[in-house]
Amino acid sequence: MTQIARICIGTLLLLNSYALYALELSGYLGIESLGFLQNPLFPQQHSHYLSAAIQPQLVHEWENGKQSLTFVPFFRLSQHDNRRTHFDIRELTWLKAADTWELRTGIRKVFWGMAESQHLVDIINQTDLVENFDMEDKLGQPMINLALIRDWGTLDLFLLPGFRERTFAGSEGHLNFPMLNQGAARFEKQGIEKHLAYAFRWSKAIAEWDMGLSYFYGTNRTPTIVPEFDPLGNLKQTVPFYENIHQTGLDVQYTKGNWQWKLETIVRAGQGKTFVAGTGGLEYSFYNIFESGFDIGLLTEYLYDSRGRNGQTFFQDDIMTGLRFGFNDEQSTEILASITFDRTSNTKFYNVEASRRLGESLKLTLEARFSSGADKNDFAFFLRQDDHIRAELSYHF
Amino acid sequence: MLFQTFKNTSGEKMNKSTVFLFLALFSNVSYSITPEQRGLEIIQEADKRDTGFGDSKADMKMILKNRQGEESIRILEIQTLEIVDDGDKSLIIFDSPADVKGTAFLSFTHALIPDDQWLYLPAVKRVKRISSSNKSGPFLGSEYAFEDLTSFEVPKYSYKYLKDETVDGIGCFIIEATPKYEESGYTREILWIDKDRYISLKIDYYDRKNALLKTLTFKNHQQYLKRYWRASEMLMVNQQNGKSTALTWENYQFKIGLTDRDFDQNTLQRAH
Repeated sequence: MTQIARICIGTLLLLNSYALYALELSGYLGIESLGFLQNPLFPQQHSHYLSAAIQPQLVHEWENGKQSLTFVPFFRLSQHDNRRTHFDIRELTWLKAADTWELRTGIRKVFWGMAESQHLVDIINQTDLVENFDMEDKLGQPMINLALIRDWGTLDLFLLPGFRERTFAGSEGHLNFPMLNQGAARFEKQGIEKHLAYAFRWSKAIAEWDMGLSYFYGTNRTPTIVPEFDPLGNLKQTVPFYENIHQTGLDVQYTKGNWQWKLETIVRAGQGKTFVAGTGGLEYSFYNIFESGFDIGLLTEYLYDSRGRNGQTFFQDDIMTGLRFGFNDEQSTEILASITFDRTSNTKFYNVEASRRLGESLKLTLEARFSSGADKNDFAFFLRQDDHIRAELSYHF
Repeated sequence: MLFQTFKNTSGEKMNKSTVFLFLALFSNVSYSITPEQRGLEIIQEADKRDTGFGDSKADMKMILKNRQGEESIRILEIQTLEIVDDGDKSLIIFDSPADVKGTAFLSFTHALIPDDQWLYLPAVKRVKRISSSNKSGPFLGSEYAFEDLTSFEVPKYSYKYLKDETVDGIGCFIIEATPKYEESGYTREILWIDKDRYISLKIDYYDRKNALLKTLTFKNHQQYLKRYWRASEMLMVNQQNGKSTALTWENYQFKIGLTDRDFDQNTLQRAH
């Protein structure tokens, strides 16, 4: 206890001695309405969920921004589904930047990749799936990250202590695997081997090319959902099973004129048989159409997974096509609409995301996600009654 | 990149040698010079006088005003690194509106080949390479196009000296500049350049149909390091839709020791 007190006092003194840059507070408060369109599959599910979230950000910078402390807690309070009422420390980091390196220590979020439809290469952080089914929200990951910044590129080295389990909706929630008991998760490794992961990524931009080559070793962020049976052979529950994996990833983008070509590919060993997955495609943009300030982007990506129908993935042989509208108005209005369809089955996913600022500090976000055509043997079958519309009004400060 | 830089410099050299050849041929005749050469010389002089600032940093406030007079405000921090044989590097950090706070825009300008641009989105911690083909589109919903805010490089335009004119008691050269880069929203720009200080006081922008689109006026110039002039106020008025965007610049600092390292993707992600 006294030691903690001493550290606290020490930290405070340290902060004080540089005090000239004030502590900066920003962040947002939001209320969310999440509505499901079909009758629920299970009686305990609801059709409509109200919730509120807060995510303040405290930053203290000194040495001209070469050092900083950042603290970003997050909390969501949900009307139904106690799993969705959750707290996370998104960020609690000390960062030190020098000429040829940066050291980032603490809880952070790191993004890797180029593609739009899915993020295969991105693996440092666990997905906060209960927060949003689009997989874009992540849990804070404890790490020591040393970046070596040289002429040949940036080499990021990661030591990742503390494995985080994926968050899933509870029994009152939607968008969940049937009979999932997330409290009974199983792990291939135990103790330190479960908790410690290693990773590196080399990245560099050369002329029109941006590229990254990465490697990860540790407990998989994506669990395999495993059925468990009672002695009579009846399905008792399903549980997340986290294997120990090696994953090598490559992400490349080529930007030329109005074209962007994107490719992400991974090789993952340790989650069943070694497999290859990839996402590749392009985005073509029309800017300032008829001098109206309006932009339209056409996107298409192919999504591949060598596990095919045996793998627990929505995308084995799928094509995403989408449209991006940028209004470039004072309210920064944006719309993204896409359809992802399976080349061999009837499964389709429809996605619309729109956002617009209201006044100076409010922002309205709308998301609609539908799926159709998934048959009994399809991995997406469990989403058949989960079409939903999410609206969020947030106040930013 | 290396190849492209080489192309640029050789292009410039060719221009210069043409000028020398011309001067050599006509040196015995009375000194005569075409309006194009005069225009180029004036711009080169203006560019020369602004060379050597090294690096700079400033706070910019953008006030957008619509036809009804309603205002909305953006606050940005802008850092610039002068690159001698190429276009400048710049980093723009968004401070407000609050929902885009921490968003940052990194740009490596080039004279004739397209710029390299990256955008950092703090909510998803993602750096995205973006297309620099979007030259004529509005920047943050303002009356400034992207091409109005990227660094000025002499070879980006061809020039023609039109005449002298006195504006508010200040003698000006009036020069027509025609964009040579692709995807510009302008057929031409008319520049009013102060004869003494070699700085822009006003620019008229003509759209693709050659109709007057926007007028930019520079006010309240301050001199830094006893050499470099920067306007503290700029007003862009759209003559076609009645909207306007005013910029005010504060806390200009020069030669603060910024390097390439302050304009890389690692620094981009540190923006707050």
